[in-house]
Amino acid sequence: MPQPLPKSIDQTQALLAAGEYVADRSLATSLFLALAMRRPLFLEGEAGVGKTEIAKVIADGLGRELIRLQCYEGLDIGQAAYEWNYPRQMIEIRLAEAAGEKSKERLAADIYSEKFLVKRALARALEGSGQGTAPVLLIDELDRTDEPFEAYLLEVLSDWQITIPEIGTLRAAEPPVVVITSNRTREIHDAVKRRCFYHWVDYPDARRELEILTRKAPGAAASLSREVVAFVQQLRKSDLFKLPGVAETIDWANCLVALDRVTLDPETVNNTLGVLLKYRDDLERIAGDEAARLVTEAKAAAAA
Amino acid sequence: METAGKLAENVMHFARLLRAAGLRVGPDRVIDCVKALEIAGSQHREDWYWTMSAVLLSKQEHRPIFDQAFNVFWRDPKLTEKMMSLLLPKAHGRAAKPEQQQSQRLTDALYSQKKPEELQAEKKEFEARLTFSSREVLSRMDFDTMSAAELTQAKQMLSQLRLPLPVIKTRRFQVHPAGIRIDLRKTLKESLREGGDVIPLVRAAPAELHPPLVVLCDISGSMNPYSRMFLHFLHAITNDRDRVTVFVFGTRLTNITRALRHRDVDVAMAKVAEAIQDWSGGTRIGHSLREFNWRWSRRVLGQNACVLLVSDGLDREAGEGLGEEMERLAKSCRYLVWLNPLLRYDKFEARPAGVRAMLPHVDLFLPVHNLKSLVDLARTLNGPLTRNSQEKRAWR
Repeated sequence: MPQPLPKSIDQTQALLAAGEYVADRSLATSLFLALAMRRPLFLEGEAGVGKTEIAKVIADGLGRELIRLQCYEGLDIGQAAYEWNYPRQMIEIRLAEAAGEKSKERLAADIYSEKFLVKRALARALEGSGQGTAPVLLIDELDRTDEPFEAYLLEVLSDWQITIPEIGTLRAAEPPVVVITSNRTREIHDAVKRRCFYHWVDYPDARRELEILTRKAPGAAASLSREVVAFVQQLRKSDLFKLPGVAETIDWANCLVALDRVTLDPETVNNTLGVLLKYRDDLERIAGDEAARLVTEAKAAAAA
Repeated sequence: METAGKLAENVMHFARLLRAAGLRVGPDRVIDCVKALEIAGSQHREDWYWTMSAVLLSKQEHRPIFDQAFNVFWRDPKLTEKMMSLLLPKAHGRAAKPEQQQSQRLTDALYSQKKPEELQAEKKEFEARLTFSSREVLSRMDFDTMSAAELTQAKQMLSQLRLPLPVIKTRRFQVHPAGIRIDLRKTLKESLREGGDVIPLVRAAPAELHPPLVVLCDISGSMNPYSRMFLHFLHAITNDRDRVTVFVFGTRLTNITRALRHRDVDVAMAKVAEAIQDWSGGTRIGHSLREFNWRWSRRVLGQNACVLLVSDGLDREAGEGLGEEMERLAKSCRYLVWLNPLLRYDKFEARPAGVRAMLPHVDLFLPVHNLKSLVDLARTLNGPLTRNSQEKRAWR
């Protein structure tokens, strides 16, 4: 059942919490504004901090359909917005021929009608079936695509419409809830950012990360969760090429549960460090003495 | 109504303060911001802060400036208004010249790291700089010292110069007579023009595009005679095409792309000079490359970027940690070209530790020491580039 949009920042926070997403006040504020002012929400942040998850939770919480557009290099209109159903059009032309249709205009009007239109993510997001049911459109990892696609998005994001040269303009009765994510492997053009509300998704602090673990890795003992969070928080202060994200913390906690550990010990940490760190340099830097030191510190911090 | 009017006015002044501090805040955002504050309807300072940050901010790097501006402005708007009137004399007609003391207070509020003594000491330090000094010289470049003739010549030649890097195939298709794919959409359109009797096939091939270019330019003391000239060249290529990112480094790394984007070369150079803190100081190549690899490589080296490294390879830290960083840099880009002004000497040998550490990782090693060599560079780069080409092997 589609739910009405939240009416305050507190309600937005409650909505996210109901979807097992532990959000801080800043995210709830940005999201509330995006929903209230019908603007896209632009989420930027390191990999694994829960950007994509936000869109899923919103769609779930609001009872709307989630339409996901995964971006990649060379993504074009045919794959993102709409495409004509060419085989059916060809058949239509042949049928028209067989029926003795001679008028070019009539033929063109026939084959460029909506029944031959294959709607992809962007077009489907604009469709909607009535008030209060607009879907949630997730444009994931926009930085992976190229500038021409970004430029194409401008029309969609500001006027909620897609222009199809053959038949006209496809306009949304109600703008969809749009969430755009970027890992910042390149800068997104200001023109796109301008149309959106921007939020930088940061690594959570210890309190929030513990809350996330309690929800996402319920199998872990409370003491283990505290140690895991303290360890990861310490690790993020180290000089690493890639800091572990929340996704890694959750994975790691689940690994430790699978290994039947109830507390951290240097050997287990060394053996499972690959879950947290994905670069050889980082692993070399931390494995061994540094890991042992971090374990001691984490235990002290968790006990405090 | 009275309060609403005041709010809009204050938001406008706040936006102008941000704009003066270098943030891109257009009038559209000001309107959005006023709306957003009304909708958020909260009296909490924290909610107020996040509402404004969501609307007015579009880059995490700007947060420190935003924070400072927010703290200054929403504490005592009167103070800031006064500062604004000083900072933007044009907007107030024939405003008086800013009083030194007060404008300095704003500078302090916005850029707390800059101390007044440094500003006054600038000129002296510029005079007293030692090339390749061990101390970082906090001086700014003065373009007035470039002779008029030199400047005109450089401008003329460099504005003509283009960097024809080879194009690479993208995954996007475009119409091409000998393409490998059929563009069905165009084909159908063409066939309809003929009434649908004949179907002329329209072909498409992968579109070709210049790869993104990332330039890392050494501006240390030993590079002094070349880096200025090279900056003009960089200005020309930055404005020639998109996806060019330019960094300069001496003892620290500075991104000067936005400054170079200004069409007018003089304005661009003034902005560059303003941005650079470590002009003509020592070189810490390893340190600077590490900073690049850590902070920027994942953001600017996507999509098959090509890297131009301009440096003489004379490293104050004797190449410590340089090899590892060069290796990482070489592995994260499509190809790595090293431009070295010292290469013009016939007896150049790869003896300094820095040079020896860097050389194994570059794909192309070329001289760059005068305008002519820059022209030659453009010509050389026009040819097909392969990893580890012959030009470099000769110098091993």
